[in-house]
Amino acid sequence: MGGVGRYAIQRLLLTIPMVFILLTVVFLLLRVMPGDPVSAMLGGRNVSAEVLESYRERLGFNRPIHVQYVSYLSGVVRGQFGDSLRTGKPVLHELFIRFPATIELGVCGLVVSVLFGFLSGIFAAIYPDRPIDHTIRIFHIASFAMPLFWLGLMFQVFFAVRLGWLPVAGRLGGRLAFTFDSVTGFYLLDAIIRGDWRSLSDVAQHLVLPSITLGIALTGLQGRISRASMLEVLDADYITTARAKGLHERIVIFGHALRNALIPIVTVFGLQFAVLMGGAVLTETVFSWPGIASYLVRSIEARDYPAIQGSVVFIAVFISAINLIVDVFYSVIDPRVRY
Amino acid sequence: MADERHLAPPPIRRSMVVGVLDSIIRAISRGRRQLRGQTVLKVGAFIVFSFVAMTVIANLFPMLNGYHPTLYRDAPRLEGPTQDHWMGTDQLQRDVFSRILNGGKASLIVAFSAVALSMTVGSILGWISGFTGGWLDRVLSLTMDAIYSFPSMILAIVLVAMFGAGISPMIWAVGFVYIPTYFRVTRAEVLQVRESAYIEAIRAVGASNTRIVLRHVAPNTVNAIMAVSSFNLADAILTVAALSFLGFGLPPPAPDWGFDIQNGQKYLQSGAWWLITFPGLMIITLSLGFGLIGEGISDLVNPKRKRKRV
Repeated sequence: MGGVGRYAIQRLLLTIPMVFILLTVVFLLLRVMPGDPVSAMLGGRNVSAEVLESYRERLGFNRPIHVQYVSYLSGVVRGQFGDSLRTGKPVLHELFIRFPATIELGVCGLVVSVLFGFLSGIFAAIYPDRPIDHTIRIFHIASFAMPLFWLGLMFQVFFAVRLGWLPVAGRLGGRLAFTFDSVTGFYLLDAIIRGDWRSLSDVAQHLVLPSITLGIALTGLQGRISRASMLEVLDADYITTARAKGLHERIVIFGHALRNALIPIVTVFGLQFAVLMGGAVLTETVFSWPGIASYLVRSIEARDYPAIQGSVVFIAVFISAINLIVDVFYSVIDPRVRY
Repeated sequence: MADERHLAPPPIRRSMVVGVLDSIIRAISRGRRQLRGQTVLKVGAFIVFSFVAMTVIANLFPMLNGYHPTLYRDAPRLEGPTQDHWMGTDQLQRDVFSRILNGGKASLIVAFSAVALSMTVGSILGWISGFTGGWLDRVLSLTMDAIYSFPSMILAIVLVAMFGAGISPMIWAVGFVYIPTYFRVTRAEVLQVRESAYIEAIRAVGASNTRIVLRHVAPNTVNAIMAVSSFNLADAILTVAALSFLGFGLPPPAPDWGFDIQNGQKYLQSGAWWLITFPGLMIITLSLGFGLIGEGISDLVNPKRKRKRV
């Protein structure tokens, strides 16, 4: 097996303890948490002690913590996250239904951040210390300091309520919300496959504001790394050589510099996904986006233990998988990296 | 111990803790000399200082602009900015401006306390882990990496939901989330310093591990910690605002920017833009202030970075 393959397997094995640690931390903390999930599930009304006890018995909350822990772990290993206390349906099933919505939003957010962050960072580095560079840097710093939920609300006030150009919230508008039949869960993809242009435009319009909101979250980080990386590369000897032998500046920048500047940008891609997921919580809440992040928030409000644990494990596995792919991809694009 | 006196940079003997404090003070005074031309740092410091001053004064004198943030209920309902109410009024007929002046208390207290908490715990764990190495280092690093790779915003929300709403739960939750940040920074610095010749020399004359870490290793990590903590404060302000926005902050009648934005969200459709615009601008400005301080400190402690800018 080649170096990359062995490295991938090593990284995969390292992912397991990471997920395990997070799972344990969340499990233990959830049991310390004040408030009783069973009475919360029954609506917090005056329920008789026997009814409470019977529910506790049925859901296994009356067993000692270590017994609950072992049974939960063995469930997770077998892919069973338990049933949601709120809806009674399997947590994993509910997460899978909502996952495409989060991915769709995340990918669109990523595209926006590449357009704003990456390009502006590269552009700033090409003109260092000119007014355009300073303007872009201020934009990057400001995007760092921007509370996402606030930005989303401002977009809603301006573009949806005032101007009425775009829908305020949700994934689909009007009648479509009831009639749209999704096969993949990715509405954009569904509409394109079916060639249903009316739905496509509706889906796209609903995506604009949330994607830009989420994209801005990453713009600062990506822009700064792009700028620093490009500056570093433009300083290198081979760039001087390329210029000295009379190559056109465009070829120097796009042919020689840009490719090498990409390497550090790809490295932080995994970290960016974590930021993206964090941003998704607020974006999905503000825009009533039916994804896994807003599912988690609602589960917390309802003290739905299996759903909270399930969502955290799900997100942890997802992030680890992304990190794994990024690391392996990194070793492929940068042949200097040896494992 | 007598021989070591010749090797340690300043010949005067001090206690170990004083050594750490001394290096911080020296870093600051070195910083003061280099402060000339550091506009970014000064602007940031000015913003943060005025916000702290404003919050303290507003909490001492709640009637600062003539209206009490919670008790005054005689303004017209949901009215935009006017001469009497500069930032409009809310649905409970309160003055928005007075709530803006008072609304930073939770953000500032939680941000400073949480960062102090995570800085202390994270740095100490980082020093120990980096210096001792071995299985302890492996276990700690793995745990910290696991927490670090997880979205901090989600972790903070889950934690604060477990601890309950309010100021001290938020401090614990936000503080916990940032521990890996400091752990990683200090551990990386310690690993660099650990193998250097002067540490070997001090070890050769028989200094104890505790002494080496506190007197010689820790001071070398102070610069990195300082730069990170400013950016961290900027991020903490946003996290606290988000937690308050989701309803995990101060209980309702208390003025709070994040919570007031959540409240304003309900009147968004009726066009009450002033309810969310002004609290948001406060959060941005404060977070920006910390971010600018971080930029300034990074330039100061990392001369290579500065040269590149010029």
